[in-house]
Amino acid sequence: MSFALPPYAELLGITIERGDGPPILDMPFGSGVLGRPGFVHGGAMSGLLEMAAVAALRHALAAEDRADARIKPVNVTVDFMRGGREKVTRAQGKVSRLGNRVANVEAFAWQDDPDRPVAAARMNFLISASV
Amino acid sequence: MTLGGDLATDELIPLYVADVPGLPCVAAPASAKAMSAAPIPFDPQRFFTARVGGHGDALGIRYRAHGPDWCELALPFDPKLIGDVERGVLASGPIITLLDMATSVAVWMKRGGFLPHATLDLRVDYLRPAVAGREVIGRGECYRVTRSVGFVRGVAHDGDPDDPVAHVAGTFMFMEGAA
Repeated sequence: MSFALPPYAELLGITIERGDGPPILDMPFGSGVLGRPGFVHGGAMSGLLEMAAVAALRHALAAEDRADARIKPVNVTVDFMRGGREKVTRAQGKVSRLGNRVANVEAFAWQDDPDRPVAAARMNFLISASV
Repeated sequence: MTLGGDLATDELIPLYVADVPGLPCVAAPASAKAMSAAPIPFDPQRFFTARVGGHGDALGIRYRAHGPDWCELALPFDPKLIGDVERGVLASGPIITLLDMATSVAVWMKRGGFLPHATLDLRVDYLRPAVAGREVIGRGECYRVTRSVGFVRGVAHDGDPDDPVAHVAGTFMFMEGAA
């Protein structure tokens, strides 16, 4: 699979756990992702969710031998459910539908318990074949 | 998430309050309820000049302008914020952060000062990539407040407000409005 983390992911301190399914992204707590004292910033949380969505889409494209496809985010909707505390936040995306031109992707972020998400995102992407 | 569900009592505190380090934060649900509704005077220019650290500071976000129900913040271009290495395009995450903070401050402007609130949701449409190397300006406006919710909208542009790179719509839940 061809997903490589961009500089922005490095700024957030994100690392990838690769397994069988879509990659899980880990974001450690630190001053660079701090919002109000003691909590993860909603913007950093959104950035993590977006990256998890992209990673899941890259994973799904690679499984269809479309690893070279170019993707463009059209929009994102983020719901904030709980505060992110001073610990690692994990996120994983799930491709709901992968078409030729459009992909619909969800992503969830959690800390201790995947069944208690701290935030969720839905994203739509445009896909084009590589030149 | 429904307004009457998780947000009703205990869950209020772990939510995002303002996402601005250095501001007073709510201690506990009980005190949040009992707390007076008087806003704390808030000057965004002084606040962002103080550079209090945190995620906004890590991205280099700074003050630009504000009015009675709006605020403009700027995100200087920085190679550290690139999301698409091939094209040198800024990642979308920093633009969400910029718009989250600009709309959050817009709510305080509209309400006459700082009062604790939590981002409930944000939707961002990416209209076009920001031009590589250009500063991105985020303008947030609070167009409506009810007892419990602030409704916001805004745009991000890289020089020409009539040719925006992104559009945002979102809501903030007020902490003291919980009943």
